[in-house]
Amino acid sequence: MLQLSNISWSIPGGEHILKDINLTFQDGKLTVITGPNGGGKTTLAKLIAGLEQPASGSILLDGKDITHMDITQRAKNGISYAFQQPVRFKGLTVRDLLELAAGFNLQEADLCTLLSKVGLCARDYMDREINSSLSGGEIKRIEIASVLARRTPLMIFDEPEAGIDLWSFSGLIDVFLDARRNLKGSLIIISHQERILSIADEIIVISGGVVTASGPKSAILPGLLSENDGGCDWCSKGPKKGGN
Amino acid sequence: MKTITEKLLETISDWKDGFSGAYSIREDGKCAEFRSTDTIRIEPKQDLPGLDIHVAPGTKGETVSIPACVTQGDIDDLVYNDFYIGEGADIIISAGCGVHNDSGEPARHNGIHRFFLAKNSHVLYREKHIGTGGGDGKRSIDPVTSIFLEEGAVMEMDTSQIGGLDDSNRKTNAELAAGSRLTIRERLLTEGNQQAHTDFEVSINGDGAGVDLISRSVARGDSHQSYRSHIIGNAKCTGHSECDAIIPENGTVSAAPELDARNQDASLIHEAAIGKIAGEQLLKLKTLGLTETEAEAKIVEGFLR
Repeated sequence: MLQLSNISWSIPGGEHILKDINLTFQDGKLTVITGPNGGGKTTLAKLIAGLEQPASGSILLDGKDITHMDITQRAKNGISYAFQQPVRFKGLTVRDLLELAAGFNLQEADLCTLLSKVGLCARDYMDREINSSLSGGEIKRIEIASVLARRTPLMIFDEPEAGIDLWSFSGLIDVFLDARRNLKGSLIIISHQERILSIADEIIVISGGVVTASGPKSAILPGLLSENDGGCDWCSKGPKKGGN
Repeated sequence: MKTITEKLLETISDWKDGFSGAYSIREDGKCAEFRSTDTIRIEPKQDLPGLDIHVAPGTKGETVSIPACVTQGDIDDLVYNDFYIGEGADIIISAGCGVHNDSGEPARHNGIHRFFLAKNSHVLYREKHIGTGGGDGKRSIDPVTSIFLEEGAVMEMDTSQIGGLDDSNRKTNAELAAGSRLTIRERLLTEGNQQAHTDFEVSINGDGAGVDLISRSVARGDSHQSYRSHIIGNAKCTGHSECDAIIPENGTVSAAPELDARNQDASLIHEAAIGKIAGEQLLKLKTLGLTETEAEAKIVEGFLR
């Protein structure tokens, strides 16, 4: 179980991004965090994974205070984080990354199992460098596989659907359903996608740096789907036409 | 052959109690052993130190190994090796140089290699350079490689300098005829106060020819590296050079790529990136449980592979 208490974070010397966040992620649950862009969702994920340190508040993982642990320590304590924008490496191959994630050498059968989950053929990809020759969708799938390879109790995926084509989307949903079935801890997904929201146990809405709604999917999702996302106030009021 | 030579051979070549194909082992400025095969003839030069190596047309799947080792200080070795690759041959050439120096005197190896590839031949050329030993004497190499590709010939050159050399000046030049292709992959690691300079000059003279130069280097400590490439497109051709360098500490790297299009159908591209290890790369590997030091080592290891 992951507990965030009174978590706040600001851009150094500037704007408050997260304000007094209190959340509990129960074991055995798939929680989807959603909300408008710039609302603080990715920052929250980075605070959990240790990529950022909170200005105040505490983070407990299974009762253990991990607030001041660095990224490596948190990873070793069972937290995995799939980046929204995966990192490219000149020289490191897909096999290298997955073996680093797993913590041991992988057999070809292991690579097949991992990569086929994200819709990639191990034969074609395992020896490829994780460089700019990979498309956005390909590198996103490899990023997801790198988290699956770790088999940690807590997994966080930051907008995993970004860059994944429509035809592969069902496969992605299957990945999370499978992870949900075998879950020993918590699965957290940041997403705007209705199909991902629809497989959640719990939904948390973060907007303007605060939690505006949280609860079981059945309580939160209907309200989200009925909301109007009609752009900005300025445009809806009608800016001047014809320049100047 | 000295024990140090055997150790150096294990590092710079595929030597394991011997070589399987044609070979010549140079030790402290002299030929220690050599062997020709039915299709690969190795002959000592008459007028200069070094070898003429003739590969018969159509030779396939054979290897030539010509490592050179300097095992002590106060040696300044200069060798000229010429490779004549027959039409349609397809072989692997393994070279490389190990300089071991436990003394206070300088030790240097200067290998001047020329490759003449006849039509439609293919060579995979691998060379590794390394310096070892605990003496204060300078360990240096100054390899010069000249490559001449006839029509349709293909040469792939993998060259690496994997540490321990105080000073290296590497010059590579090539002339490409129509339909030929040259790929050079260079890996350089310098540490401490070491210096490494690399200089490529490639003239693409025939339609459909192309060159791909890929240099990756890491300049650790206070070391310095310089990279210069000059690709001259004289025909309808493609030329690409890429220089990537990581400077983890106080190392310095200067890159001076030059593209010279002398034909309007010459398509020439250069890419260069120099900087410290990307912070995002370290973060990603840390999220997999690696420490900062482990992450940096993995990134450098992969980069120089």
